[in-house]
Amino acid sequence: MRVGVVTFPGSLDDRDAARAVRASGGEAVTLWHGDADLRGVDAVVLPGGFSYGDYLRCGAIARFAPVMQPLADAARGGLPVLGICNGFQVLCESHLLPGALIRNDHRKFVCRDQRLRVENATTAWTAAYEAGSEIVIPLKNGEGGFVADERTLDELEGEGRVVVRYVGDNPNGSYRDIAGVSNARGNVVGLMPHPEHAVDPLTGPGTEGLGFFASLVAGLAGQPA
Amino acid sequence: MARVVVDVMLKPEILDPQGKAVHGALGRLGFDGVASVRQGKRFEIELAGEVTPEAVSDIERAAGTLLSNPVIEDYALRVEP
Repeated sequence: MRVGVVTFPGSLDDRDAARAVRASGGEAVTLWHGDADLRGVDAVVLPGGFSYGDYLRCGAIARFAPVMQPLADAARGGLPVLGICNGFQVLCESHLLPGALIRNDHRKFVCRDQRLRVENATTAWTAAYEAGSEIVIPLKNGEGGFVADERTLDELEGEGRVVVRYVGDNPNGSYRDIAGVSNARGNVVGLMPHPEHAVDPLTGPGTEGLGFFASLVAGLAGQPA
Repeated sequence: MARVVVDVMLKPEILDPQGKAVHGALGRLGFDGVASVRQGKRFEIELAGEVTPEAVSDIERAAGTLLSNPVIEDYALRVEP
């Protein structure tokens, strides 16, 4: 089970993402932004960070990195892709996911353990959870406000593509408390909070983020998560 | 040298926290007559060659892909004499 983790200039959480993959029984494969090559991986994680210094818009420059062309083609063909935080921003900029992320409505960076509800437990990345279950994982962003037009939001809700939703206080002004969404097929998922930081009680609020990676590994192995 | 200017603004329905912060600061400084502020970006692009329809249409394409995100932003492009 080979899971690629892309490093862009300014990625921060690529090591943690790789560790989360290994903790779930997968093999983490490092992918480089400048290589238009996915090295035959079975899935890809776009990690958090500040690719290209967040210049222009978060994710706007990373979206055109050489690795993104084969990645976009493969994602449209069904390759499981998870975008976390900056990775979510890159997926939205790439139009692989709908909507966009803008500056938090309260204009401050937020860093806290965040409660989420798993709304869709059928995607490649959430099948290990039960629909409706709540998890606590870290959230840390300055530009995490998920926005889209009303029609898109209604579509996302109607098609069950809101994957995770904030519970309690909305931390960043995201429309309809949306923390993460998927594409229509469910293989591409993006979220602002960080499941890869909640895979070991020593370094996170718990292990409730493991399910994202366990879902993938079980799915690729053809087992029920 | 010919210059193309691209102005990028958030669409009206998208919240602009930066504009709101600027508006607040204006109020604190005593600029009372301001109803709202929206903050945008301006790109000044020097062309390497002549202003041809092809060159402008290339910049137009750049404006709609890299310089702005059509999901949340509109752009306006003009060629400066």
